[in-house]
Amino acid sequence: MWRDALLVAGKDLRVEARSRVTTNQVVPYALLVLLLFGFAFDQDRPVLAAVGPGLFWVAVLLCCLLAVQRSFSLESSDGARDGLRLSGLDGGGVFLGKAAAIAVQLVVLEAVLAFGVVVLFGTHLADPLLLVSTCVLATAGLAAAGTVYGVMSAGLRVRETLLPLLLLPVVAPVLLGATQAWLAAAGVVAGSGWRWLSLLAAFAAIYLTLGVLAFGTLLEDV
Amino acid sequence: MEPVIRFRSAVALVGPFPVLAGVDLDVYPSEIVLLEGANGAGKTSILRACAGLLRVVAGEARVLGRDLVADPRSVRRRVGLLGHSTALYDDLTVADNLDFAVRASGGERSGVAPAMARLGLTGRLPASRVASLSAGQRRRVALAVLVARDPELWLLDEPHAGLDADNRDLLDALVTDAVGRGRTVLLASHERHRAHALAGRIVTVAGGATDPSVPDRRVRDAGGPLGFGPRSDAPGPEPGVSHVA
Repeated sequence: MWRDALLVAGKDLRVEARSRVTTNQVVPYALLVLLLFGFAFDQDRPVLAAVGPGLFWVAVLLCCLLAVQRSFSLESSDGARDGLRLSGLDGGGVFLGKAAAIAVQLVVLEAVLAFGVVVLFGTHLADPLLLVSTCVLATAGLAAAGTVYGVMSAGLRVRETLLPLLLLPVVAPVLLGATQAWLAAAGVVAGSGWRWLSLLAAFAAIYLTLGVLAFGTLLEDV
Repeated sequence: MEPVIRFRSAVALVGPFPVLAGVDLDVYPSEIVLLEGANGAGKTSILRACAGLLRVVAGEARVLGRDLVADPRSVRRRVGLLGHSTALYDDLTVADNLDFAVRASGGERSGVAPAMARLGLTGRLPASRVASLSAGQRRRVALAVLVARDPELWLLDEPHAGLDADNRDLLDALVTDAVGRGRTVLLASHERHRAHALAGRIVTVAGGATDPSVPDRRVRDAGGPLGFGPRSDAPGPEPGVSHVA
């Protein structure tokens, strides 16, 4: 399974490196979203700084949708999905590989977006350990859930509209937990942000387990 | 001798519709069998069922000794399917695509370079993105994947489509070479002249089933025009299942 995961992740990342869709389209899109948030709240700079963490994670969610759709559109072109099935790769390995490739892209996006909220919104980010831990767990959860729902919608003609409808409600706990942890790290809310990490860890564990167990069947049946 | 493919009253569904509605088919080792029939007759569905991509829900379906009704995935690494689509990634280079396809199916990377050379994928082509290739070149890359994997059972769906005359000759040579190495080939093609010259036996498909009203035709015996045909020690199909004209 791990060998298959590395193979699939390497393939997906190589596709992204050659097509440059993430760097040339998704990253500018993410920054544009931040800018538009900035325009909407521009007249109230303190509010912008305070809501920066929430806006950051909303932008990450939107980019996650793009990354997941892109990941599965690769497999739907010219019979690539049949090629993947015919290769006999382990379903859990394919899931972990695709989720890992999405996670790598999200980490790059989060680094750019974090820089953006600090520069554009004036959000003060402290407690780097909490910030990084939140990013790791939230990214794992988003990538895992995105991969599960991505394969479910991949074979359908309405996948572009169905995926957000399926995925966004499901990842609401990630948005809540990650935003609260970052608000605590930014000093906007009182209390420890660490308690939210258990929610993020549980979410990631559930969807990673579900994906490893069910992805092979989902790849077959959809 | 155990057949490589043994279907009895095999039924497969796509949604509620039966795309295979009672297929009886035996294919023996080192045979080249041609599926003939009109568009929509079920030739592609038979090939996909043999590859374990289309689930057989009733009847008997065994490929390379594996029961596809129980577990269609079990046979996949041992078969190769060249279908209408090429299953290539546009943004990867030719070499990357071959490398991934061969490694993913558990094959050896050492087979990639000779396969590319055999298919004329040399010079700048290995480093070219697949998106930049012509349809014929893409077809050759898909064929190179099959050659590099060298599976026990070759399933070819309209293999001559998109290829020029020289590459059609090359394809025919690759198929006869594969059979010479003990591989088995099941193909569907509307290129009657070429396919008839290649095949050792022809099976007619109609309405999602092998047509019992049309007897199978043995085009030639072992040592036919291309030097390969059904092995002389291969038993004939069972009475009532298929007939040799």
